[in-house]
Amino acid sequence: MLADKDYQLKVGLAEMLKGGVIMDVTNAEQAKIAEDAGAVAVMALERVPADIRKAGGVARMAAIEKIEEIQRVVQIPVMAKCRIGHFAEAELLQELKVDFIDESEVLTPADEENHIIKHPFKIPFVCGCRNLGEAMRRINEGAAMIRTKGEAGSGNIVEAVRHLRMIYGEIAALKKLNSEKMKKLAKEMRVPMELLKKTAQLGDLPVPNFAAGGIATPADAVLCMKLRAQAVFVGSGIFKSSNPQVVAKAIVTAVGHYDDPAIVLQASRSLGEAMPGLEISKIPKDEQLQYR
Amino acid sequence: MKARPWVGILAFQGDFAKHQEVFAKLGCLTQLVKSSWQLANIDCLVIPGGESSVIDRFIKSQQIADPIKEFATKKPVWGTCAGMIMLATQVENDPGLTPLGLLDITVDRNGYGRQFDSFVDDGEFTVNGKNQKLEMVFIRAPKVSSIGEGVQVLGKCRKEPVIVQQGKVIATAFHPELTKSAKFQQYFLSLL
Repeated sequence: MLADKDYQLKVGLAEMLKGGVIMDVTNAEQAKIAEDAGAVAVMALERVPADIRKAGGVARMAAIEKIEEIQRVVQIPVMAKCRIGHFAEAELLQELKVDFIDESEVLTPADEENHIIKHPFKIPFVCGCRNLGEAMRRINEGAAMIRTKGEAGSGNIVEAVRHLRMIYGEIAALKKLNSEKMKKLAKEMRVPMELLKKTAQLGDLPVPNFAAGGIATPADAVLCMKLRAQAVFVGSGIFKSSNPQVVAKAIVTAVGHYDDPAIVLQASRSLGEAMPGLEISKIPKDEQLQYR
Repeated sequence: MKARPWVGILAFQGDFAKHQEVFAKLGCLTQLVKSSWQLANIDCLVIPGGESSVIDRFIKSQQIADPIKEFATKKPVWGTCAGMIMLATQVENDPGLTPLGLLDITVDRNGYGRQFDSFVDDGEFTVNGKNQKLEMVFIRAPKVSSIGEGVQVLGKCRKEPVIVQQGKVIATAFHPELTKSAKFQQYFLSLL
């Protein structure tokens, strides 16, 4: 499963994005700002998650023209989101030649039982997860990158931290299992034993693992990197702040130098107002995106 | 060559950890480089794949361009993919970028297209007049569009030059660090 050439190319692109910041953008102007600030890729969207949350209703794949407008102005990879299970939207995104597809809980799910079988696609997929079971199922379906779900559009890092700690805690526990217990766990997770074995051997997910959902400041991004995320997605955190250019640059600098607090401190000065945050307990559970 | 050469890998952004893995397997010591003082003790430098516009930004903010140029006058430097772009004298399709100008080539960023056009193929790698086959992984790869006089082409794939060398500076448009073969890395270490 892990050896075929297309899969190698998909995971390969994810490898190239490590140590970078992927920024949500809703038009060409924002895409250019993101690229100039040092974004490693942009996510083309109709609305950022904070506005999706406000607008309510059904959130779908972005308009074709919107994605094309963004593809025209940047040289860095362009990602786009499709609804969970909506393989027809994913086919359109592949036709558009976006560089990465995010099968995302930020949009309204199209299928409550099934995710997309991602192996047949030539374009790599990233999927969100809250725990090791979700990560293993998505990788088994062909995801080339995993990200935490966090709680998108909340400006609150607590859920992304929970998900990172959960995944690496579960991997540490996995390493201690004998093969009988691992077999049982594989059955519970509905994934092949081989995948769990590989994960235990690596002590890490077999594909790159990024953080997403609630990152609003350079220090939020550093926290995720120190909890073993290999790159970060920033959604509403940039273009919902009072000074997107400055915040975007600061987060890029912070991720590149996450092991050097002196540089992160310098980058964190004079950022203006961060995006407003939401207390997770004040968001009704059925409005939380991570449970999708 | 020393018994255990010290390989530096520029580590602002990209797949530097993959390079580190391969060189560690070959018995080298590795040093991730984010600051000019870290160039002092290493025997050679690798500029990894990633996004050239991002790596360029960090090279500028850390003011490490001149120290790398100075380093390259004495010791081998290898750039892959985005690293090839950084080593070039001229870059098309990337107006904001300031390449290091250590290798007299012009490259077209994303010259092979988007991710949809990324590919794995066998190419040719010529060392000391001997041709060998090498599996090559191209990911949104840069294309070499022109080559200066002092530059040697050591490898080709689909008729395009993909391994180029000038003195001790060498660049690959593809990613040797993503395949099982370490033939290319061994060649790079032989330049020490």
